[in-house]
Amino acid sequence: MGVLVIAEHDNHEIKGATLNTVTAAVALAAGDIEVLVAGENCQTVAEQAAAIKGISKVRMVDNGLYGNGLAEPFAALIVGLAEDYTHILLSHTTSGKNVAPRVAALLDVVQVSDIMEVQSSNTFVRPIYAGNALATVQADDPKLVITVRSTAFEKTGLGDEKVTIETMEAGKNPEISSFVGQELTRSERPELTSARIVVSGGRGMQSGDNFHLVEAVADKIGAGVGASRAAVDAGYVPNDYQVGQTGKIVAPELYVAVGISGAIQHLAGMKDSKVIVAINKDEEAPIFQVADYGLVGDLFEELPALTSELEKQGIKPR
Amino acid sequence: MKILVAVKRVIDYNVKVRVKGDNTGVELTNVKMSMNPFDEIAVEEAIRLHEAGIATEVIAVSLGEAKCAETIRTALAMGADRGIHVKTDEELQPLAVAKLLKAICEKETPDMVIVGKQAIDDDCSQTGQMLAALMGWAQGTFASKVEINDGKAQITREIDGGLETVELSMPIVVTTDLRLNEPRYASLPNIMKAKKKQIDEYSPEDLKIDASPRLKTLRVDEPPPRQGGGKVADVAELVDKLKNEAGVI
Repeated sequence: MGVLVIAEHDNHEIKGATLNTVTAAVALAAGDIEVLVAGENCQTVAEQAAAIKGISKVRMVDNGLYGNGLAEPFAALIVGLAEDYTHILLSHTTSGKNVAPRVAALLDVVQVSDIMEVQSSNTFVRPIYAGNALATVQADDPKLVITVRSTAFEKTGLGDEKVTIETMEAGKNPEISSFVGQELTRSERPELTSARIVVSGGRGMQSGDNFHLVEAVADKIGAGVGASRAAVDAGYVPNDYQVGQTGKIVAPELYVAVGISGAIQHLAGMKDSKVIVAINKDEEAPIFQVADYGLVGDLFEELPALTSELEKQGIKPR
Repeated sequence: MKILVAVKRVIDYNVKVRVKGDNTGVELTNVKMSMNPFDEIAVEEAIRLHEAGIATEVIAVSLGEAKCAETIRTALAMGADRGIHVKTDEELQPLAVAKLLKAICEKETPDMVIVGKQAIDDDCSQTGQMLAALMGWAQGTFASKVEINDGKAQITREIDGGLETVELSMPIVVTTDLRLNEPRYASLPNIMKAKKKQIDEYSPEDLKIDASPRLKTLRVDEPPPRQGGGKVADVAELVDKLKNEAGVI
């Protein structure tokens, strides 16, 4: 018996979140850790996975059924492998959240969602009420399905040695779903949940066009660009920019909140960041209560000034 | 086409949640309760499908204590046709809810079940997917658009990095994301009318489901507070602090 970690990837590259999930798997101390790479033409991903430190094997299924991560065939595949494991771990991302409960229900076992801490192989800390409370929970089921909050665990490193890649046959296709298409927001900037620095704009930006001021700062320091729900609801930027309780949870080294008042729902998504900067003209804004460095001022003056100061000081993306 | 919507009674999203002094949970006495916001979106979507002539009946289901009947009334006032209340004082966890909903689905044979993508109390994000699995149905999770044509559903889903569209064979489970629609407010006449609509009651025993909790909560704590409140005078000081004090740029 051991632990199965479901790798998240786009058939070319393994997603960083998988490396955080492996760290949580190590903390379980529940036997060997194996990584499942299911995809289409995903050999390179399997090879990347094989270099993850601390794992004992990669199991790969290369089949068109899994090319787009459709929940129905993917869950069926995982359930077929479940016998060999006491724990099945996925990242708490949209794809992990889509598949994990399906697996748990088919196995008739509990799922523990979004764990932040492993206390033992069956006891975990997880946020409830958008992180306004932390619950310590214990599950006695013989098998557990778990989704892992990436920002709560370090990434496991990659080593020079590679473990064996075992190739497996595809599972059954329930034939009730098919993939039609995808529209990904193209960006040269780092992805929000894995970025070292995030700069977010709020309703104070006043329009989508003004986001170029945020982007200019972000590009000087190699940051990802996010937004508050208010800015998303106002239509300034797409929904996948959203940081907060109902959007993405981020915990970068540096989080810069611009024109964001700091509603509970936004704070829930970023308050675990290492250093928080707030720029807002309202000095009473709640965001200043969590900010390490607050700058009271008009963002339409401060942002261009910040961009030129970064330029002047020769600050470059790391 | 019949649609079943599941609605959960939770602490209102505007209420600041407080952890109980004895760390056994959060304070629920004298706290305003409302329908889970994602479930409101589910009800709205079902009603719109009804109004568009695609759905013929919308049934609102809630599971839990006696007061869940109020949550069902809210859904009826928004426009659902009738309600089902699975009444129990026991804590219901997602897998138990999915099993109870499955039992209801077997009685009512809906073509579609719509639920919120997560409840804002336990934040599990499990019930819809679990129900789909138990029924052997396809699932359209985190939906921002639902289109029904010739026994198939095209669901646009919010995923990390953008949008994805899947085609599903009916019956299906849909879980709602924020941008699917904006829920309506119930009008006074509709609130009055809702009082006359039928709500059937069942217990987990009637449905022959063991709904006992499988995940034990050992304790609940406040998250560690964050020390903030530092200020800088201008961008020059900000850049200096970030570079030399925090060392993050």
